[in-house]
Amino acid sequence: MFGRLTWAAIPFDQPVVMIAAGTVGFVIFCVLALVTVKGWWPYLWREWITSVDHKRIGVMYIFLALLMLVRGFSDAMLMRSQLAMAAGHAHGYLPPEHYDQIFSAHGTIMIFFVAMPFVVGLMNFVLPLQLGVRDVAFPVLNSVSFWLTAAGVLLVNVSLVVGEFARTGWLAYPPLSEIAYSPGVGVDYYLWSLQISGLGTLLSGINLLTTILKLRAPGMGYRQMPIFCWTALASNLLIVASFPILTATFAMLLLDRYGGFHFFTNDLGGNPMMYVNLIWCWGHPEVYILILPAFGVFSEVVATFSGKPLFGRRSMIMATMVICVLSFLVWLHHFFTMGAGADVNAFFGVMTMIIAVPTGVKIFNWLFTLYGGRIRFTVPVLWTIGFMVTFVIGGMTGVLMAIPPADFVLHNSLFLIAHFHNVAIGGVVFGVMAGISYWFPKAFGYTLNERLGKAVFWCWFFGFYLAFMPLYVLGLMGATRRMQHYSNTHWQPLMLVALAGAILILLGIALTGVQLAVSIRQRERNRDVTGDPWNGRTLEWSTPSPPPAWNFSFLPQVDRADAFWAIKQQRGTAQDRNVKRSYQTIQVPRNNPTGFFLAFFAVLLGFSLIWRIWWGAGLGLLGAIAICLIQAWRTDGEVEVPGEKIAAFERLHGPKESLA
Amino acid sequence: MSAAEQALVTADAVPLSLRGPAPKRVVAGYGFWLFLLSDIVIFAALFAAYAVLSGENAGGPTAAELFDKKHVLVETACLLASSVTCGFGSLAVQSGDRTSTYFWMAVTFILGATFLSLEVGEFSHMLSIGAGPSRSAFLSAFFTLVGTHGLHVTLGLCWLIVMLLQVATLGFPPMVRRRFFSFGLFWHALDIVWIGVFTIVYLGAHL
Repeated sequence: MFGRLTWAAIPFDQPVVMIAAGTVGFVIFCVLALVTVKGWWPYLWREWITSVDHKRIGVMYIFLALLMLVRGFSDAMLMRSQLAMAAGHAHGYLPPEHYDQIFSAHGTIMIFFVAMPFVVGLMNFVLPLQLGVRDVAFPVLNSVSFWLTAAGVLLVNVSLVVGEFARTGWLAYPPLSEIAYSPGVGVDYYLWSLQISGLGTLLSGINLLTTILKLRAPGMGYRQMPIFCWTALASNLLIVASFPILTATFAMLLLDRYGGFHFFTNDLGGNPMMYVNLIWCWGHPEVYILILPAFGVFSEVVATFSGKPLFGRRSMIMATMVICVLSFLVWLHHFFTMGAGADVNAFFGVMTMIIAVPTGVKIFNWLFTLYGGRIRFTVPVLWTIGFMVTFVIGGMTGVLMAIPPADFVLHNSLFLIAHFHNVAIGGVVFGVMAGISYWFPKAFGYTLNERLGKAVFWCWFFGFYLAFMPLYVLGLMGATRRMQHYSNTHWQPLMLVALAGAILILLGIALTGVQLAVSIRQRERNRDVTGDPWNGRTLEWSTPSPPPAWNFSFLPQVDRADAFWAIKQQRGTAQDRNVKRSYQTIQVPRNNPTGFFLAFFAVLLGFSLIWRIWWGAGLGLLGAIAICLIQAWRTDGEVEVPGEKIAAFERLHGPKESLA
Repeated sequence: MSAAEQALVTADAVPLSLRGPAPKRVVAGYGFWLFLLSDIVIFAALFAAYAVLSGENAGGPTAAELFDKKHVLVETACLLASSVTCGFGSLAVQSGDRTSTYFWMAVTFILGATFLSLEVGEFSHMLSIGAGPSRSAFLSAFFTLVGTHGLHVTLGLCWLIVMLLQVATLGFPPMVRRRFFSFGLFWHALDIVWIGVFTIVYLGAHL
């Protein structure tokens, strides 16, 4: 009846898991109870769950990412504390089979459910506003994408309590991930949650790409497009080109596991290294999917807070697009040790080093933008400068490992772990944190507390160096990744330093929570009534904070990059955009629960497939089809906002000139 | 020069990329093109896997022993012909002609279904002689690549039924026209993929 699912699937005998699950369950119960008691369900349903507004969806993505950051980081704390203890004769508190699940979950969650939703959320929120349009190309699809991501998140977290997670590392290399060596449901949880959320990411990539290429304000050609939009364009091109490879690769592994196929098995002609090649054909572009939008954030931040246009805008765009293309030509550097031979390794080594050139161009662009500017040292600027210092170090260790002979020594060592955390934290996390503090006032109408924001930054900054510089050294000393215990006690002091760094980062994450709480309490004091708290340069700052559902009462007319800066320069001399025109009726997309219901059936389908409950899978599939059919016959996709309502809104929130 | 002509000239003078948001018809079609490109990347990965594994028959039957060129020729003829009839159907949708839409799309459906039944016949024959997907890596890659194409054709047929029901209930509003346009793109893209399958899998087997 329930396939492989029995009561034995719930690990009652593991106190660590049960306490963690109990706590999470209790918190969820309390939140749901609070929402019910306060009667917030209709509000949540109407304003958030069924919303197809890109701004709301962007905020939900980032909220989801913050939640999962806490989950992924608790995995990190478990690992760091285990390794601080488990030296010599001591074996720590985590048994190997549990430890293996933790590092697999940590990597999977941090990449797919923290970094991705952060970046997709930022793009979702910012793109239409910067492009000067009213929404993304396909608003309902956007909601579907978000909810499919959330479905993947739910499945990964269910694995904590029901069954187990993969013990294979975050990319589930075969033959270990084949049914012969991983007969449990852990790898199935991994595969189905990533297939479902990966579909969401692909659809979101198509959506945002269409938005950038087909929906821009009048006059905004590619040369006038803000730099964040350019980096988002590159990122979404990579999503559309690379995520299908991930889907196909996982599909092949699923067929191996469920259908007895032989793509990656050791016997009957299967080829495990083909999986490794395919997964990195997705995996390396994925790195740039995450970092390019972060580069875009830094570009916006340095230009805004230096009060100057971005230095070398054209070279920045070129560098972005060159990285976009090169990212598909370096995948093999993740496994030089495969033994492809000197020629192949040399090619991929050289291509990898070449990527350092456009990245270096960017660093100089940012430096020269800051040079001679009137820099305001706000929180986003601190993240940006911290990024430039940190990322250069990470980049250099990357170039070091691009030398195949050096990689043979450093492969799978803690040096590698230090390197990719160096670029992932120093690049993506810092970028996202800069972006959040930069655009928060646009999303919510008040700025975040600056002092606490700086405290968060310094915790992350020093915490990162304390946590990962020791790992570089340990890697050179011979420590490998994914080890639950080590016998060489000389490593222990550095492991303790790394733990101290992790605790400092933990403090930073906790302070983010405090910062949010304090900022919400002080919102009246920090209210952004102008819509332009930072003296910004791009169109999102020309709207009120928060912007109305329709974003722009009139589509702005653009004639250069930094369009809003140009409008501000002309104000008072040229005619105001709003005065002489009457407000027209605007159509905005109507709320739609399709995404939420599809995600519900996707979870049912995924969970049933994981446990091989075939009737449940059939039910999930039929439900999803029914939802799609209902959506296909909906003809009331839009609501009209009458001109009078828009006029009233503008009188209240619009620029002061329009009152005159 | 009349005012209308004047407007036309000015509109042309503004480059396409500067004219502001594209109309919905363009946006929907463009988005679907991007989806198709991503779908073709999936096939690219499956083709790559087939190329790597096609010689790995593990002592089992080889491609040259299994594939019947004549059978595949009929399959190909059905699918290519269905693209032609789908094209006529698209013209009928454009002119809002219900009867000829039904006619041409029904012909498309029958040709697609014939293709599919031929493929199912081939698969079941192979299974019956012990040449199933779990026999060797070559057969795993073959069944997955060709089967994924077949799955797409199946989904296309289901979509076609839905579209005909939409015409029956809603007529030809812009929404239905946009979807028919996307369906046409989808159906033709499957042809392109099939040309790859035909060339690499079936003709490649007899090299």
